[in-house]
Amino acid sequence: MGQDGSVTWFSSPSDAAERLTATGYLADTATATTTFLAGALEKPLLLEGPAGVGKTELAKAVARSTGAELVRLQCYEGLDEARALYEWNYKKQLLRIQASQGQTWDETHDDIFTDEFLLTRPLLTAIRREQPTVLLIDEVDKTDVEVEGLLLEVLSDFQVTIPEMGTIAAVRRPYVVLTSNATRELSEAVKRRCLYLHLEYPDADRERDIVLSQVPDLEEGVATQLVTLVGRLRELELKKAPSIAESIDWARTLLALEIKDLDDAAVTATLGVVLKHVTDTERAVKELRLARA
Amino acid sequence: MSTRSGLLDRHIAFLEALRAAGLPVSISEDLDAVAVLQALDWADRASLKEGYAATLVKRHQWRPTFDALFDLYFPRMIGEGAGGRLDPAAEGVEGEAGEPGDGGDDQEAPVGARDNGAALAEFRERLEQALLDGDQEALDALAVEMVGRFGAMPGRGPGLSSWSAYTAIQRVAPGELVEQIVQGLMADGRTEEEADRLAGRRIGGFTRQVEADARRRIGEEKGPDHVAQAALRPTIDRLDFLSMRRSDLEEMRREIQPLARRLATRLTQQHHAHRRGPLDFRRTVRASVSTGGVPLTTHHKPKRPHRSELVVLCDVSGSVANFAQFTLLLVFALRDQFTKVRAFTFIDHVHEVTHHFKPGADVVDVMTELAASTAHAALWGRTNYGRALTTFAERHSDAIGPRTALLVLGDARSNYSDLAVDTLAELADQCRHAWWLNPEHQRHWDTGDSAASRYGEAMPMVECRNLTQLTEFVHQVL
Repeated sequence: MGQDGSVTWFSSPSDAAERLTATGYLADTATATTTFLAGALEKPLLLEGPAGVGKTELAKAVARSTGAELVRLQCYEGLDEARALYEWNYKKQLLRIQASQGQTWDETHDDIFTDEFLLTRPLLTAIRREQPTVLLIDEVDKTDVEVEGLLLEVLSDFQVTIPEMGTIAAVRRPYVVLTSNATRELSEAVKRRCLYLHLEYPDADRERDIVLSQVPDLEEGVATQLVTLVGRLRELELKKAPSIAESIDWARTLLALEIKDLDDAAVTATLGVVLKHVTDTERAVKELRLARA
Repeated sequence: MSTRSGLLDRHIAFLEALRAAGLPVSISEDLDAVAVLQALDWADRASLKEGYAATLVKRHQWRPTFDALFDLYFPRMIGEGAGGRLDPAAEGVEGEAGEPGDGGDDQEAPVGARDNGAALAEFRERLEQALLDGDQEALDALAVEMVGRFGAMPGRGPGLSSWSAYTAIQRVAPGELVEQIVQGLMADGRTEEEADRLAGRRIGGFTRQVEADARRRIGEEKGPDHVAQAALRPTIDRLDFLSMRRSDLEEMRREIQPLARRLATRLTQQHHAHRRGPLDFRRTVRASVSTGGVPLTTHHKPKRPHRSELVVLCDVSGSVANFAQFTLLLVFALRDQFTKVRAFTFIDHVHEVTHHFKPGADVVDVMTELAASTAHAALWGRTNYGRALTTFAERHSDAIGPRTALLVLGDARSNYSDLAVDTLAELADQCRHAWWLNPEHQRHWDTGDSAASRYGEAMPMVECRNLTQLTEFVHQVL
């Protein structure tokens, strides 16, 4: 039981970098430093950036490298307290009331607001856990503004107040990661409580390392060609620039098709793996002077 | 302990500068930053910077401002620094690295040696190579060297000397290297458009580095506070439409799409939030069956969203062209929010451009086509609001109806010609809403040939100088 509450997640930025690398997540200075700080200061970490640069992956890597369990809250429009925090099991409570015909009201009343009838949702689960926990609040920008208010208590004090039961404080503070694609500006209050990190597309060398670590069978020469090309694609004004995830998909595709050299024909044939809009493909073909398929 | 307090002073001065530059840094973030400083190793400047950024910068657009100020208050090096030392053969051993305070005095004697035709030619050669290779390390060093050699403005006395990025850039003129770099990049297998864009970006980046180094040097001599007040450019979302450079335009265009997406999300969310209509009795009762007749959850009928038509009337004359482009782009990115959008451009003659904005069309193509069609908007060549408005009322009055929102974009400068205010007022009367967006600062309204307040009587006029204001307007209006 970790009652002391002062877990050290990482001992230094370089320690964070090494341990993340060991689990297959290659972190740059900014990422390593911020990951370390989020653990050291016990502050939630807000990750922003384009889709597919490894925001969710970072949370998973932290969990893997520290042996903590990952509790995930996937946000969506319409997410409410009952889905994020806790809910009373009404149906079970009704059954309980109907089964206890002989009892007085006071007895029943106390009975139905106990742990037995509480459905814990991710936030409460993470706070009540006694083992090391990484709490991932994914795509927080998808929620309604009201949910942010709900998060505030959790993020600043690591506690949840249930009117019928009182306040439940964290036995052991979870390592909290919030991710956002910035489709909506988060409130100042949430941002103030978090450390902030904007993840960008990695530079060519790091991306090649990432691709190779994920797809080890790929030849290095092809990987270099691929990464260079992805870099060039990102410089075009595309609707959806290719992400790291898509580079990796592309690498897998090339491997499966046994393409050893990424020439124009090979690129045109497989461009659909990385570009997801017709106009983007057209633009790429035009600007990179590829032969039309 | 004295060193410690000096550090704290610097920290607080740094925060003050950030606040002055428009970053809202709260007390709690201040304390977090101090905690970060304690948790990190002081010797590692890179991770220290990231740590600072993680606590103080909560929006990506602020990062360039933060970087500039961080370099100013926590400079990477002092004076010529470690990397930018000039070659000793030409110089002697003057200006050893890392001697603060010496920087100002030893400038005067060697100026001739530092800056002459041969040195310039040789420097440009190296710069060209570095730009061609995209070698960031070399460019860092070159930026420092460039300000040191070509940007020195020797003062008449000690402490009066200064540094000028402008002088250095004028002298070296990295912009003239574009052609060679484009050629070089194309030889490497890049296409022409790509090479052009890449060269532009690298030179833009280098120019910014030179400016940053000049700031650093001035900061060293006059104190960072002085520079922080005087020499920082606003962040891209606060940059005036009318004072943008070419590199800014590109950056801005990249901002438009995400911005439109953000706005659209926010709008749909708001509609959804307000959508809770009247109680749907049947569904509520039916749902209560599973809970023994107790209606635990209520169901509601959805509300129908109301949508309006939008008509944009857009001045595309040279002075306001950038502003017009961005606003048009934004409006079209948001066209899902309206039942119908029509756009017209004018200089002295009205021309409909709606057909350029096909659904899913490519931004770059649209911008090119728009630019090409600008020619149609001018019959006589000079902005003439009166003639344009009259023509619009005559030919396209079918666009305006009781469900229309009319948006006029322009600076209301009509070259002293007839204004046709009455026509505009009539148009505004026929619409549900009408606004005029003016990209000029309010203090310039009604100066010279500006007819801002006269048009302002016909329909409300809103100042819209930068992306932030544009965003706010769109959000309030929709």
